[in-house]
Amino acid sequence: MVVIVILIGCSFIIAVGFLAAFLWSVKSGQYDDKYTPSVRILFDDDKDFKQ
Amino acid sequence: MDIEKFQYDNKIVRDFAIASVVFAVVGMLVGVVIALQLFIPEVNAGLQYITYGRIRPLHTNAVIFAFVGNAIFMGMYYSLQRVCKARMFSDLLSRIHFWGWQLIIVAAAISLPMGWTTSKEYAELEWPIDIAITLIWVVFAINVFGTIIKRREKHMYVAIWFYIATIVTVAVLHIVNSIGIPVSLTKSYSLYAGVQDALVQWWYGHNAVAFFLTTPYLGLMYYFLPKAANRPVYSYRLSIIHFWSLIFIYIWAGPHHLLYTALPDWAQSLGTVFSIMLIAPSWGGMINGLLTLRGAWDKVREEPVLKFMVVAVTAYGMATFEGPMLSLKNLNALAHYTDWIVSHVHVGALGWNGFLTFGILYWLIPRLYRTDLYSKKLAGWHFWLGTLGIVFYASSMYVAGLTQSLMWKEFTPMGMLQYPNFLETTLQIIPLHAIRAIGGIMYLTGALMMVYNLYKTAAAGTFVADEAAEAPALPKNTAESNETRHRWLERKPVQFAVLATVAILIGGIIEMIPTFLIKSNIPTIESVKPYTPLELQGRDIYIREGCNTCHSQMIRPFRSETERYGEYSKAGEFVYDHPFLWGSRRTGPDLHRIGGKYPHLWHYLHLENPRSMSPGSIMPPYPWLLTQDLDTSTTMAKIIAMQTLGVPYPKGFEHTANALLAKQADEITLDLQKNKVPAEPSKEVIALIAYLQRLGIDIKVAQP
Repeated sequence: MVVIVILIGCSFIIAVGFLAAFLWSVKSGQYDDKYTPSVRILFDDDKDFKQ
Repeated sequence: MDIEKFQYDNKIVRDFAIASVVFAVVGMLVGVVIALQLFIPEVNAGLQYITYGRIRPLHTNAVIFAFVGNAIFMGMYYSLQRVCKARMFSDLLSRIHFWGWQLIIVAAAISLPMGWTTSKEYAELEWPIDIAITLIWVVFAINVFGTIIKRREKHMYVAIWFYIATIVTVAVLHIVNSIGIPVSLTKSYSLYAGVQDALVQWWYGHNAVAFFLTTPYLGLMYYFLPKAANRPVYSYRLSIIHFWSLIFIYIWAGPHHLLYTALPDWAQSLGTVFSIMLIAPSWGGMINGLLTLRGAWDKVREEPVLKFMVVAVTAYGMATFEGPMLSLKNLNALAHYTDWIVSHVHVGALGWNGFLTFGILYWLIPRLYRTDLYSKKLAGWHFWLGTLGIVFYASSMYVAGLTQSLMWKEFTPMGMLQYPNFLETTLQIIPLHAIRAIGGIMYLTGALMMVYNLYKTAAAGTFVADEAAEAPALPKNTAESNETRHRWLERKPVQFAVLATVAILIGGIIEMIPTFLIKSNIPTIESVKPYTPLELQGRDIYIREGCNTCHSQMIRPFRSETERYGEYSKAGEFVYDHPFLWGSRRTGPDLHRIGGKYPHLWHYLHLENPRSMSPGSIMPPYPWLLTQDLDTSTTMAKIIAMQTLGVPYPKGFEHTANALLAKQADEITLDLQKNKVPAEPSKEVIALIAYLQRLGIDIKVAQP
């Protein structure tokens, strides 16, 4: 069952990669504003489209 | 601040949308055909190319990678450009991605009916196509990351995170699970054997559901649901929390597909624990989606787009509650190998993936064509027909699964099996299979209505290939421009430590893999020997015909199973099985101890026409096995490939293998001829009989 070690290794690498991404996103201020982005996507396009 | 003018690429979105709709119809049509074959086997018209075992993988691949895959790309290419306020990184990469993916689908549509398959579920495609998938995926990744880098909006909207998780994880899963040794252009053997292959496969299989059918669709939900409702998402904070917790937990839950098998207990428990934990982040997504519609429920009554999305999110919630429940060992003991699992995945596929795609299409196509939807009423009909189809499908399969499982486990007061004949349990659920097919036909009919509706919409509108947009340029971050990236990294100890660990781990794992693989091939049961050349060829016919789609080869340690099939399966019995063939659904009985149970004659007649031996059987006849010659030109390459994988055939065995093959074939043929059947030693059926007669007998030899 040594293949478990490989899978845990791969899973671990992916998890650590995401952890790094998470730390980056927090430190770089991605989540300083937790409201505006949700509204902003509603106003970005569809200038010519009226339904 | 400078306002930059640019254009969104709508053409690539439109192309993926068309591909998704076309393959939705194709994939669902194949689904209906195989659903019919499960109670009317004659639907295959006697053709080997459209027999259940070969086109069941065609159905799953078509709906997952062609229908849902193209829908993911459609939604991503539309939403990513808009949340990044940038055109896709490269138009050329977009086109390569589109046409490459369609070519892969065509290759799958040809190779699977031909029987060129690895047998690993949702990863059946052979190695040349696997390589093409990897290359196209890299093109896709470059295109997406390039777009993210040149974005004009500093904040990365939550959908982008879901897309990134999808791209990175699917790449790793696909590569690790697909590694094998090629024998020819159309045949390869998995690098892993037996229980190890099973673990890798279901680590892949589970995470394919997680990162191909779930995370990209949550990303789409977070963009298209708020847009369609014209409401911001209920809680942006919750979306961030549930994203990060979801991706950290999902990757560990794979072993729940192998409960009660030879997998070590602690790994099974790990899978169960993480599966239960998954309820929280999954429901975080569902709740966030549904609550986004607070105060907008009046719109849901009017707007088919929102109707589809509400049912999709609800189906997601149901499936992600049911999944963890099925991961509990006591419930899994009942549900595994039955139609319950089929029901479970279709609540996800038809409800969550299908309905969210339909909702997005009804919203998107009118926008791309600058017009209104041709008929809201027809879309409403589609909604109700589709919803009823799902209800018919799911409920009939629940009842079928429970019925059959309880019949398998039923004992008489004397302690004997109540239903010793497996066929009895099959015949019991045939009406339910008919109801399932009706549900599927309803769902397909709804999809055809959508095709007409979208076509009329497109015909009435004018397509805008390049949509004008403008946004201020993103201010450059000046802090790091005057120093090298690495110096910047060094000032951030946490990031540096993490990246260093990753680098070390990668190196270490590459180093360790060969050691593991050599060690793992040491047989743990002395009497278990490699397959003879004829058995090996027979095994490959078993794989080609997809026997494993209906027959398991894994007897769980329950009395109801050991009474019916024989001694439960041990890990050490599968050490030469490249790939493993445990199966996941017992449409027919388990075959792990079939060896020696019946004479050769029984198998010969049964394969020619199963109903001659088992009246009422739903197994299709395989007359072509009796007329087609076995291709023995591959024997040498196969033996060499197996030797490379560590199967202990003696040195030089590849040269004498075909002589040995002919000898064993003659023995079986002689026995058949004695019983007055016109068998010939050169035919494929002889090899398949040899393999079936070998199954599970090695440990019997050991017992006194």
